[in-house]
Amino acid sequence: MTAARHRGRSILLTSGLAALLAAVLVPFYWLVVAATHESREIFDSPPPLLPGGHLAANLHTLQDTAQFGRVILNSLLIAVIYTLCAGVVCALAGYGFAKYRFRGREALFGLLMLGLVIPAQVTLVPLFQMMAEWHWLNTYQAVIMPNLALPFGIFLMRQSMAALPDELLDSGRMDGCGELRLFWKVVLPPMRPALAALAIFLFLYQWNDFVWPLIVLRDGASFTVPVALASLQGLDETDYGAILAGTAAAAIPMALVFLALQRHFVSGLLAGAVKE
Amino acid sequence: MTTTLTGRAADRAAPSRGTARRPGPRRRVAPYLFVLPALLLFAVFKLYPIARSFVISLHRTVGGTERFVGADNYTRLMGDPLFWTALKNTAVILAVQVPVMLALATGLAVALNSGLLRGRAVFRLGFFLPMVTGLVAYGIIFSVLLNKDYGLVNWATGLVGLDPVPWLTDPLWAKVSLGLALTWHYTGYNAVILLARLQSVPAELYDAAAVDGAGAWTSFRHVTLPGLRPALLLTTVLSTIGTLQIFDEPYVLTGGGPDNATLTIGVYLYQNAFKYFDFGYASAIAYALAVLIGILGVIQFRFLGEKT
Repeated sequence: MTAARHRGRSILLTSGLAALLAAVLVPFYWLVVAATHESREIFDSPPPLLPGGHLAANLHTLQDTAQFGRVILNSLLIAVIYTLCAGVVCALAGYGFAKYRFRGREALFGLLMLGLVIPAQVTLVPLFQMMAEWHWLNTYQAVIMPNLALPFGIFLMRQSMAALPDELLDSGRMDGCGELRLFWKVVLPPMRPALAALAIFLFLYQWNDFVWPLIVLRDGASFTVPVALASLQGLDETDYGAILAGTAAAAIPMALVFLALQRHFVSGLLAGAVKE
Repeated sequence: MTTTLTGRAADRAAPSRGTARRPGPRRRVAPYLFVLPALLLFAVFKLYPIARSFVISLHRTVGGTERFVGADNYTRLMGDPLFWTALKNTAVILAVQVPVMLALATGLAVALNSGLLRGRAVFRLGFFLPMVTGLVAYGIIFSVLLNKDYGLVNWATGLVGLDPVPWLTDPLWAKVSLGLALTWHYTGYNAVILLARLQSVPAELYDAAAVDGAGAWTSFRHVTLPGLRPALLLTTVLSTIGTLQIFDEPYVLTGGGPDNATLTIGVYLYQNAFKYFDFGYASAIAYALAVLIGILGVIQFRFLGEKT
């Protein structure tokens, strides 16, 4: 291939993909634009293509109709607590399965991975009844507890931990390190990139989770962001300006966090996903 | 500390018997303690509910009391036209949207892997971004974008003289809309998984194919596709499981309508459980779904898993 032809092809491929990406990103752009307009302006013809000045008013409406400040706080607290607790559970289990040989290891791991295949819907009704019996409805723990032992998180951690050299652990033991201290002082520090990936995954998973919170949160003051947004959409007179402002308020920060940390996220996720 | 010393002493004594790596007592208990929290939580919040769900599916609530009805809920399921509609809708999405999406993702992965592409990192990131958006958020965005009379999409197609499309209000177009939303959300994610696998295909294989005079298509068929097989298996299985359970998108986008055109098994289950509070019937639907997922999973592993 001549250099000129090579360049021509390169430009063609790059611009073609750029056009496709632009199409994929249209909903994001439109979300930002719509969030800053009044409801009736959004449905004008032609629709608004540039940001307007109604964002603050929309957020105000959101606060009045759905206690949105409280809702954001709920989502934030739940996602942070969940990320910390599930992160510990998954990292501990992943390490146990990756770095020890013990009786029943394969069977127990297989049992946990069953959770990947069994549809969540099978447990929806009994879990709801359990939460009701324990008087956990409308509480944070009802949202957080059932998904702490997330099979995908355990899978991810086992894959990443397996890459840790045994010599590192042995030398830690030589120095007289107990098993738990070994985990804390020797295993976790080099695992930081994988843990970052896990943390982003867990946070996003919880922040965006819809069905389960929808079922156990019955009272507006305990709603998380997705539940609150969906409940607003169900109203007879839907204020789309407000809803979309809320959607943007929930989606844009997540996208930015993801952009900032994506190097860890994508590589960490892939390390777990594709290794055989 | 003393126990640690004992453990070390045992380790030191061991080599004479040729088992240098035999673990001390502390190390034999440790793994169980590491996996215990996960197993306990799993047992309480997954295994127990799975068993309980089966018991519920054998009962019916009559006037606030549970009555054992045996397999009645399952018999009812077999003769329930709405269940078959939901099953059919789910199957259509599975048969149409999943292959289209995976083909797109494969093409995207190959393009992203190409040495001809400039600014690869930006593209990889951009196409992954829809995955980060929550289901409810993008459901709401799409429901407004696709509004027949006021939506941006119909406005744009109107500029080039096309008639407005009843995206969400016509049974066929509602299915198309659902497919579009799903494709938008998951293609980039699958592409990134495939891309990672593609990067581990040795470049020598492509060189060898080129030496043998293989064109782009031949080397794609004989080098790229076989190399992608494990990742394709993974993405196919994940997409199948995800599609069979699909709930959020139809719930937010169309509510299962119009005329049940986007009623999925997930939505039907939810309606029965949390709208009609018919927990027994909902549990029967859940079990039917679990069996379905099990069967399809096994078939896919057999079909795609061989020769790897």
